[in-house]
Amino acid sequence: MNGLTVFALTGVGLLVIGLWALVLRAHLIRKVLALNVMGSGVFLVLVGAGAAPDPVPQAMVITGIVVTVSATALALALVLRIDTATGKPTLPEDRERDLMDEHWQ
Amino acid sequence: MQTERDPCEPGVVLRGMLAVLLACVACGLCWLLWSAPLAPGLGDAVRAASAQSGIANPVTAVLLDFRGYDTLLEIAVMTSTLVGVWALGPAPKLHERPPSPVLLGLDSALIPFAAVICGYLLWVGATRAGGAFQAGSVLAATGVLFILSGRRPRLGLPDAPMRWGVVLGLATFLVVALAVMGDGRQFLEYPPGSTKTLILVIEAAATVSIAVILAGLFIGGRPDREP
Amino acid sequence: MSAGLILDGLLAVILIWLAWAALSSRDLFRAIVLFIAFGLVLSMAWARLGAPDVALAEAAIGAGLTGALLLATWGRLRRRRSSKEQSQARPPDGGDNAD
Repeated sequence: MNGLTVFALTGVGLLVIGLWALVLRAHLIRKVLALNVMGSGVFLVLVGAGAAPDPVPQAMVITGIVVTVSATALALALVLRIDTATGKPTLPEDRERDLMDEHWQ
Repeated sequence: MQTERDPCEPGVVLRGMLAVLLACVACGLCWLLWSAPLAPGLGDAVRAASAQSGIANPVTAVLLDFRGYDTLLEIAVMTSTLVGVWALGPAPKLHERPPSPVLLGLDSALIPFAAVICGYLLWVGATRAGGAFQAGSVLAATGVLFILSGRRPRLGLPDAPMRWGVVLGLATFLVVALAVMGDGRQFLEYPPGSTKTLILVIEAAATVSIAVILAGLFIGGRPDREP
Repeated sequence: MSAGLILDGLLAVILIWLAWAALSSRDLFRAIVLFIAFGLVLSMAWARLGAPDVALAEAAIGAGLTGALLLATWGRLRRRRSSKEQSQARPPDGGDNAD
């Protein structure tokens, strides 16, 4: 019996997808979305890699979810400040890149 | 849509390298999951020790008794995150559009209901699924509904009640953790008889704090009427 | 091939598809909504894994509150963008721009 369950594999997939998007997207809100997806992937690996429901990883994941939302809130407040200060919600090196939705509907 | 890629967009070569690296990471993690034998897990140890703590729900027992230090630090992280958001600037203004009547009607049904659900989740967290975080987040949703429907809660946004609410959880946890040290016990080592009571006190204070902090994070900045 | 395994596989496929769609969508609003849906399906996955506390926390905090935060930030960015475009489109005149 090893840790290779369906949900643990899904967690690895989410981690990789999130990292791909984190690197390649320019808009900071998209980067925040990517970080959240990566975090969810890690949580799936933590809880999903076991056979029986184990309360200790579950408690760690609850803690992780709450810390993730706090970090996301702080990150989004920083995104708004960056947009106010520089006029674009991107990192300085990404200013000329395609934000994928320049025309706000 | 441009027909050729912008020079500063990562090109095919970089994307290919990234894809190869990520595939290696994925394969490595899968191999690790496949080859490492599963540890027996801590479920049995927790269940055996749960009798001593008096909490039937193993996750709550782990969160507030066996790994209470982690939860204490987590509440500290939430508090400092709110301080960080407050440090970044005043709260962004709400939109001036009047809220839809559907939202207002839903408010009068949902908000009292949510208060009852919060109390239930807090109480039932000792035996079944629930607990302080779940209850606090339902209460935070109430605060978000208040803000979205344009009503400023009378004691929400001014300084003192909100600050007291933010600090209440962390302060109660610290006070309990230090107070139990009286009889030569360790930090956070609950006396055997009153574990359940102390955990309930901590959870109640934490629920209020979590709700205020999460709602404050949604507000996104310092509330008005700052000194 | 039990029913539980099929359900788990279905949830896994939906999770991966939602994550990919959310992160590669050209419209940011659509991306955020898909992320909220991802959080809710993830809550179902937690329920399948025998973790009801985590499912409650994920649905309320992970999907609900994170979604509210993201939408609020998106709206504030958009309002800032549209007010900036308005002030640039208006021909610069002396005193009386009502805002």
